[in-house]
Amino acid sequence: MELSLATRTVGEHTVLEVGGEVDVYTAPRLRERLLELIDGGARHVVVDLGRVDFLDSTGLGVLVGALKRLRSAGGSFALVCDKEPLLKIFRITALDQVFPLHPTVDAAVGADTTGAGA
Amino acid sequence: MATVRLSFSPAPVHVRTARLVGVAVARRAGVREDLLDEVRLAIGEACTRAVALHRQYGLHDPVLVEMSDAGQYAVRVVDRAPIEAGIGLAALPPDELADESLTDEALTTGVGFALLAGFVEDLQVRPVDEGVGTEVRMVWPVGR
Repeated sequence: MELSLATRTVGEHTVLEVGGEVDVYTAPRLRERLLELIDGGARHVVVDLGRVDFLDSTGLGVLVGALKRLRSAGGSFALVCDKEPLLKIFRITALDQVFPLHPTVDAAVGADTTGAGA
Repeated sequence: MATVRLSFSPAPVHVRTARLVGVAVARRAGVREDLLDEVRLAIGEACTRAVALHRQYGLHDPVLVEMSDAGQYAVRVVDRAPIEAGIGLAALPPDELADESLTDEALTTGVGFALLAGFVEDLQVRPVDEGVGTEVRMVWPVGR
Protein backbone atom coordinates (compact mmCIF):
# COMPACT_ATOMS: atom_id res chain seq x y z
CA MET A 1 0.00 0.00 0.00
CA GLU A 2 1.25 3.48 -0.87
CA LEU A 3 2.26 5.97 1.76
CA SER A 4 -0.48 8.31 2.95
CA LEU A 5 0.09 11.49 4.94
CA ALA A 6 -2.52 13.73 6.57
CA THR A 7 -2.07 16.57 9.02
CA ARG A 8 -4.43 17.88 11.70
CA THR A 9 -4.09 20.12 14.73
CA VAL A 10 -4.91 19.19 18.33
CA GLY A 11 -4.41 22.22 20.55
CA GLU A 12 -0.75 23.22 20.31
CA HIS A 13 0.15 19.94 18.63
CA THR A 14 0.48 19.11 14.98
CA VAL A 15 -0.55 15.52 14.37
CA LEU A 16 0.78 13.80 11.27
CA GLU A 17 -1.22 10.67 10.44
CA VAL A 18 0.85 8.21 8.46
CA GLY A 19 -0.56 5.20 6.63
CA GLY A 20 0.70 2.43 4.36
CA GLU A 21 4.31 1.43 3.90
CA VAL A 22 7.25 3.54 5.10
CA ASP A 23 10.37 2.15 3.42
CA VAL A 24 13.48 3.18 1.51
CA TYR A 25 11.29 4.34 -1.41
CA THR A 26 8.59 6.26 0.48
CA ALA A 27 10.57 7.56 3.50
CA PRO A 28 11.89 10.63 1.60
CA ARG A 29 8.26 11.85 1.28
CA LEU A 30 7.77 11.46 5.02
CA ARG A 31 11.02 13.38 5.62
CA GLU A 32 9.89 16.20 3.31
CA ARG A 33 6.54 16.52 5.04
CA LEU A 34 8.10 16.60 8.50
CA LEU A 35 10.59 19.25 7.36
CA GLU A 36 7.76 21.31 5.87
CA LEU A 37 5.89 21.18 9.16
CA ILE A 38 8.94 22.08 11.27
CA ASP A 39 10.11 24.80 8.87
CA GLY A 40 6.54 26.10 8.88
CA GLY A 41 6.72 26.65 12.63
CA ALA A 42 5.34 23.43 14.13
CA ARG A 43 7.15 22.82 17.43
CA HIS A 44 5.09 20.06 19.02
CA VAL A 45 4.66 17.19 16.59
CA VAL A 46 2.93 13.86 17.11
CA VAL A 47 3.31 11.22 14.39
CA ASP A 48 0.44 8.75 14.44
CA LEU A 49 1.61 5.40 13.06
CA GLY A 50 -1.80 3.77 13.59
CA ARG A 51 -2.35 2.99 9.92
CA VAL A 52 1.24 2.05 9.08
CA ASP A 53 1.57 -1.57 8.02
CA PHE A 54 5.29 -1.59 7.25
CA LEU A 55 8.17 0.42 8.71
CA ASP A 56 11.86 -0.15 7.99
CA SER A 57 15.19 1.32 9.11
CA THR A 58 14.93 4.18 6.61
CA GLY A 59 11.61 5.25 8.09
CA LEU A 60 13.00 4.98 11.61
CA GLY A 61 15.94 7.17 10.53
CA VAL A 62 13.53 9.85 9.31
CA LEU A 63 11.66 9.80 12.63
CA VAL A 64 14.90 10.13 14.61
CA GLY A 65 15.90 13.05 12.37
CA ALA A 66 12.64 14.85 13.19
CA LEU A 67 13.08 14.14 16.91
CA LYS A 68 16.57 15.68 16.93
CA ARG A 69 15.47 18.71 14.93
CA LEU A 70 12.55 19.45 17.23
CA ARG A 71 14.56 18.91 20.40
CA SER A 72 17.22 21.35 19.26
CA ALA A 73 14.45 23.87 18.48
CA GLY A 74 13.02 23.50 21.99
CA GLY A 75 10.01 21.54 20.76
CA SER A 76 8.67 18.06 21.33
CA PHE A 77 8.16 14.93 19.27
CA ALA A 78 6.14 11.82 20.09
CA LEU A 79 4.87 8.73 18.33
CA VAL A 80 1.51 7.01 18.51
CA CYS A 81 1.69 3.27 18.01
CA ASP A 82 -0.25 0.37 19.50
CA LYS A 83 0.53 -2.39 17.00
CA GLU A 84 2.68 -5.15 18.45
CA PRO A 85 4.71 -5.85 15.25
CA LEU A 86 5.73 -2.18 15.09
CA LEU A 87 6.39 -1.97 18.83
CA LYS A 88 8.70 -4.96 18.48
CA ILE A 89 10.71 -3.05 15.88
CA PHE A 90 11.15 -0.19 18.35
CA ARG A 91 12.22 -2.59 21.10
CA ILE A 92 14.72 -4.50 18.95
CA THR A 93 16.41 -1.31 17.79
CA ALA A 94 16.32 0.19 21.31
CA LEU A 95 14.44 3.15 19.83
CA ASP A 96 11.72 2.58 22.43
CA GLN A 97 14.22 4.25 24.78
CA VAL A 98 14.61 7.22 22.44
CA PHE A 99 11.01 8.03 21.40
CA PRO A 100 8.08 8.83 23.63
CA LEU A 101 5.62 6.11 22.47
CA HIS A 102 1.92 6.34 23.25
CA PRO A 103 -1.11 4.16 22.42
CA THR A 104 -3.34 7.08 21.39
CA VAL A 105 -3.03 10.68 20.18
CA ASP A 106 -4.80 11.86 23.35
CA ALA A 107 -2.22 10.09 25.50
CA ALA A 108 0.64 11.59 23.48
CA VAL A 109 -0.75 15.13 23.76
CA GLY A 110 -1.57 14.70 27.46
CA ALA A 111 1.90 13.39 28.29
CA ASP A 112 3.74 16.32 26.70
CA THR A 113 5.57 18.11 29.50
CA THR A 114 7.26 20.73 27.31
CA GLY A 115 4.59 23.31 28.00
CA ALA A 116 2.31 22.36 25.12
CA GLY A 117 0.30 19.69 26.97
CA ALA A 118 -3.47 19.89 26.47
CA MET B 1 13.50 -28.28 -3.76
CA ALA B 2 12.49 -25.04 -5.46
CA THR B 3 14.62 -22.02 -6.14
CA VAL B 4 13.38 -18.56 -7.08
CA ARG B 5 15.85 -15.90 -8.21
CA LEU B 6 15.14 -12.24 -8.58
CA SER B 7 17.60 -9.63 -9.71
CA PHE B 8 16.74 -5.96 -9.79
CA SER B 9 18.34 -2.65 -10.67
CA PRO B 10 19.62 -1.00 -7.48
CA ALA B 11 16.72 1.44 -7.05
CA PRO B 12 14.64 1.90 -3.87
CA VAL B 13 11.37 1.40 -5.75
CA HIS B 14 12.22 -2.27 -6.40
CA VAL B 15 12.86 -3.19 -2.75
CA ARG B 16 9.12 -3.52 -2.18
CA THR B 17 8.89 -5.98 -5.08
CA ALA B 18 11.66 -8.08 -3.50
CA ARG B 19 9.79 -8.08 -0.17
CA LEU B 20 6.55 -9.19 -1.81
CA VAL B 21 8.25 -12.00 -3.74
CA GLY B 22 10.24 -13.08 -0.68
CA VAL B 23 7.11 -13.39 1.45
CA ALA B 24 5.15 -15.14 -1.29
CA VAL B 25 7.89 -17.77 -1.65
CA ALA B 26 8.19 -18.11 2.15
CA ARG B 27 4.47 -18.77 2.44
CA ARG B 28 4.64 -21.31 -0.36
CA ALA B 29 7.66 -22.97 1.32
CA GLY B 30 5.68 -23.44 4.55
CA VAL B 31 7.19 -20.77 6.80
CA ARG B 32 4.81 -20.19 9.74
CA GLU B 33 2.36 -17.33 9.27
CA ASP B 34 3.53 -15.58 12.44
CA LEU B 35 7.07 -15.36 11.05
CA LEU B 36 6.09 -13.76 7.74
CA ASP B 37 6.22 -10.17 9.05
CA GLU B 38 9.79 -10.81 10.16
CA VAL B 39 10.68 -12.40 6.81
CA ARG B 40 9.25 -9.36 5.03
CA LEU B 41 11.18 -6.91 7.19
CA ALA B 42 14.47 -8.81 7.04
CA ILE B 43 14.43 -9.25 3.26
CA GLY B 44 13.56 -5.56 2.95
CA GLU B 45 16.46 -4.54 5.21
CA ALA B 46 18.95 -6.75 3.37
CA CYS B 47 17.84 -5.36 0.00
CA THR B 48 17.80 -1.77 1.27
CA ARG B 49 21.38 -2.25 2.48
CA ALA B 50 22.44 -3.68 -0.91
CA VAL B 51 20.77 -0.85 -2.84
CA ALA B 52 22.43 1.75 -0.58
CA LEU B 53 25.86 0.20 -1.15
CA HIS B 54 25.42 0.06 -4.95
CA ARG B 55 24.35 3.70 -4.99
CA GLN B 56 27.19 4.73 -2.69
CA TYR B 57 29.72 3.14 -5.06
CA GLY B 58 27.93 4.13 -8.29
CA LEU B 59 27.36 0.51 -9.26
CA HIS B 60 24.67 -0.28 -11.82
CA ASP B 61 24.91 -4.06 -11.40
CA PRO B 62 21.70 -5.67 -10.26
CA VAL B 63 21.12 -6.84 -6.69
CA LEU B 64 20.47 -10.58 -6.56
CA VAL B 65 17.92 -12.22 -4.27
CA GLU B 66 17.82 -16.00 -4.24
CA MET B 67 15.23 -17.97 -2.29
CA SER B 68 15.26 -21.72 -1.79
CA ASP B 69 13.19 -24.12 0.29
CA ALA B 70 15.41 -27.20 0.63
CA GLY B 71 14.33 -28.33 4.11
CA GLN B 72 14.37 -24.73 5.34
CA TYR B 73 13.66 -21.35 3.82
CA ALA B 74 16.98 -19.76 2.86
CA VAL B 75 17.32 -16.30 1.33
CA ARG B 76 20.54 -14.86 -0.06
CA VAL B 77 20.83 -11.17 -0.90
CA VAL B 78 23.98 -10.45 -2.88
CA ASP B 79 25.53 -7.06 -3.55
CA ARG B 80 28.59 -6.19 -5.64
CA ALA B 81 30.10 -3.46 -3.47
CA PRO B 82 33.70 -3.62 -2.20
CA ILE B 83 33.85 -6.07 0.68
CA GLU B 84 35.30 -3.68 3.23
CA ALA B 85 32.14 -1.58 2.84
CA GLY B 86 29.79 -4.43 3.58
CA ILE B 87 31.18 -6.45 6.45
CA GLY B 88 31.69 -3.73 9.01
CA LEU B 89 28.15 -3.71 10.30
CA ALA B 90 27.46 -2.82 13.90
CA ALA B 91 24.35 -2.20 15.96
CA LEU B 92 24.23 1.09 17.85
CA PRO B 93 23.70 1.37 21.60
CA PRO B 94 20.60 3.36 22.66
CA ASP B 95 22.51 6.35 23.99
CA GLU B 96 24.10 6.90 20.58
CA LEU B 97 20.88 6.63 18.58
CA ALA B 98 19.72 10.16 19.27
CA ASP B 99 23.22 11.61 19.39
CA GLU B 100 23.37 14.89 17.47
CA SER B 101 26.65 13.99 15.78
CA LEU B 102 25.38 10.72 14.31
CA THR B 103 24.66 11.07 10.59
CA ASP B 104 21.35 9.88 9.15
CA GLU B 105 23.20 7.30 7.04
CA ALA B 106 25.06 5.86 10.03
CA LEU B 107 21.87 5.76 12.04
CA THR B 108 19.90 3.98 9.31
CA THR B 109 22.71 1.48 8.77
CA GLY B 110 23.00 0.73 12.48
CA VAL B 111 19.24 0.40 12.92
CA GLY B 112 18.99 -1.77 9.80
CA PHE B 113 21.60 -4.13 11.16
CA ALA B 114 19.87 -4.26 14.56
CA LEU B 115 16.67 -5.28 12.79
CA LEU B 116 18.41 -8.00 10.76
CA ALA B 117 20.19 -9.38 13.81
CA GLY B 118 17.06 -9.11 15.94
CA PHE B 119 14.65 -10.77 13.54
CA VAL B 120 16.84 -13.45 11.95
CA GLU B 121 18.20 -16.12 14.27
CA ASP B 122 20.24 -17.72 11.52
CA LEU B 123 22.03 -14.78 9.86
CA GLN B 124 25.37 -14.68 8.07
CA VAL B 125 27.09 -11.76 6.38
CA ARG B 126 30.10 -12.88 4.36
CA PRO B 127 32.08 -12.16 1.21
CA VAL B 128 30.72 -13.74 -1.97
CA ASP B 129 32.58 -16.85 -3.17
CA GLU B 130 33.52 -15.32 -6.52
CA GLY B 131 34.27 -11.74 -7.42
CA VAL B 132 33.53 -8.63 -5.37
CA GLY B 133 30.63 -8.29 -3.00
CA THR B 134 28.85 -9.43 0.12
CA GLU B 135 26.15 -12.00 0.71
CA VAL B 136 23.56 -11.69 3.46
CA ARG B 137 22.19 -15.17 4.12
CA MET B 138 19.07 -15.65 6.22
CA VAL B 139 17.38 -18.91 7.14
CA TRP B 140 13.96 -19.65 8.63
CA PRO B 141 12.46 -23.01 9.57
CA VAL B 142 9.60 -24.44 7.52
CA GLY B 143 6.73 -26.68 8.58
CA ARG B 144 4.21 -26.38 11.39
